[in-house]
Amino acid sequence: MIIRLLARRPVAAGIGLIAALALPWLIYPPVAMDIMAWALLAVAVDLLLGYGGLLSFGHAAFWGTSAYTTGLIALHTGLPFPVAIVGGALAAAALAVPIGYLSVRLSGIYFAMVTLAFAQMIYFIVNQWRDVTGGENGLQGVPRELLGADLSDPFYFYYAGLPFVLLGLWAAWRIVRSPFGQVLVSIRDNPSRARALGYPVDRYRLLAFVLSAALAGLGGGVFAISHGFASLHDVYWTTSGQAVMMVILGGIGTLWGAVLGAAVIVTLNDYLATAGFEETGIVTGAIFVLIVLLFRKGLWGTGRDLLTAARARRARPAESGEDRKVEVATERPAAVAERSGG
Amino acid sequence: MIEQAFNGLVGGAFYALLALGLAVIFGMLGVVNFAHGAFYMLGAFGAFILLDSFGIGFWAALVIVPVLLGLVGMALERLLIRRLSGLDPLYGFLLTFGLALILQDLVRRQYGVQSQQYARPELLGGTLNLGLFDYPAYQVFVLALSAVVCGAVWLLLTRTKIGMIVRASTEKPELTRALGIDVSRWVTPVFGFGIALAGLAGVLAAPMRAINPLMGGDLIIVVFAVVVIGGLGSVFGSVAAGFLIGLVSALGNLYVPALSQTLVFILMAAVLLWRPAGLFGRQEGLT
Repeated sequence: MIIRLLARRPVAAGIGLIAALALPWLIYPPVAMDIMAWALLAVAVDLLLGYGGLLSFGHAAFWGTSAYTTGLIALHTGLPFPVAIVGGALAAAALAVPIGYLSVRLSGIYFAMVTLAFAQMIYFIVNQWRDVTGGENGLQGVPRELLGADLSDPFYFYYAGLPFVLLGLWAAWRIVRSPFGQVLVSIRDNPSRARALGYPVDRYRLLAFVLSAALAGLGGGVFAISHGFASLHDVYWTTSGQAVMMVILGGIGTLWGAVLGAAVIVTLNDYLATAGFEETGIVTGAIFVLIVLLFRKGLWGTGRDLLTAARARRARPAESGEDRKVEVATERPAAVAERSGG
Repeated sequence: MIEQAFNGLVGGAFYALLALGLAVIFGMLGVVNFAHGAFYMLGAFGAFILLDSFGIGFWAALVIVPVLLGLVGMALERLLIRRLSGLDPLYGFLLTFGLALILQDLVRRQYGVQSQQYARPELLGGTLNLGLFDYPAYQVFVLALSAVVCGAVWLLLTRTKIGMIVRASTEKPELTRALGIDVSRWVTPVFGFGIALAGLAGVLAAPMRAINPLMGGDLIIVVFAVVVIGGLGSVFGSVAAGFLIGLVSALGNLYVPALSQTLVFILMAAVLLWRPAGLFGRQEGLT
């Protein structure tokens, strides 16, 4: 009964919404906002990896570019912060056009390396362009202006920032459900056939890349406003890696798994930081190694499989062999099942 | 100008050694080793620790550290990376990314982020007269040694039986197996060898670069760009691109200093536009 209820879309969406609304009551509000911002970045990476079969290891470029652009707009124009965030997301999308145009020519592991390299280029540019970005000091004192409302309390700011996150998550869900998303999946599974059917493969990949960058930018903008600053860390490769880690932990190609992964990693990092443990890479790296070795379906994927198995067992108690078959069929995440390109 | 070109070649020597190891590992295992930079960093720290704690000098470190790291690499291949064989190569990339984070932060926990110093070996402390200008002898040594190592690996791959087996396993693993050669036997040593090359580069870097836990992470990303420029499948291309990129960035630095760090990525973009498989890569098989 409960299981069947959980599988209903409106019920699941309702639970997710309630969880999002209740979050700042349960945990420290700035951390709740961090989770939401990172969730957008992780979902953006999963949109590309899980549905486009493209592992971007350079999404820090879009997250960071948006964080800086948002910060600059808010600092220098005094416009309300939603305008700044939208401006940041647009800047990220604009940057994604040339980077995506060059990167989608490659796939598989090459795509990961090239996006990583381009993101590092953005990092160097941000680092060198001191007059605008503040170099190693970053952008400090980014205001949180919204029509004179007092949002200095992170608890209230959470609810001001949340609509952006929900909008972004809804957009991601719409994208993967749309005909465009279906074509993207078909390209992921068999690029040659999709091309033979007349789909301009590279153009679809580029559009997915730009949309994904815009989502990452939305997250980066919310993050910059929430923290009141943008720093070099936002454009560094560890940020890209952390986003990928969230996706793998949640489960590739599950979209909501990425949100779960973001929640776990952000909470863990916060816990380690409060405990005074600075070398978080030891812990997160070890978790990452373990997931890749033993737990490739991730939290969401495993949970879904368990749910499916439970339902199958209920429906046909006699045929227990059935659910094993399901597991085998999804053993290799469809996203990266094919030794694509290479 | 010529001196700057020399600086570029020395920088390129490090790219070449790292790119060579990456290319050999990728060829044999199909894994792009993100932890390569971390092993380079461990190489430099290895030399530092040997001198600092055991009083073992540069020349011994030049042998001991690569051998030890090569063994560590072989163990890692056996224990972890082997478990991913047959899966999408992206998983290998992700696994080694996790390893890189662990190694980097383990060293950071022990030594902090401030840089350590390592004195040049006495024998190479002075400068060498190269006709037109004086040049630090140590840098000349680095350039010469890495050129010799790259050349030796090239000969090993093209002129010996071992090299023949490795190349055959790289290009057509099934066929090689069918001819009665145990391909899997060569996977672990080749991985260890690639790691040893990274360790060697690290030891060479110790006397001339700042030794800190983050030295490998940034470098390896530049090496990725170098490898994309050269063509990832191509061992020769990776090495050639390594020296070439070193040279071009140094000369670029001379004329347009603002571009010194970004030039390699701009070159990568140009190569992607013009020859997506890299300068020396085979253009087939790209989607």
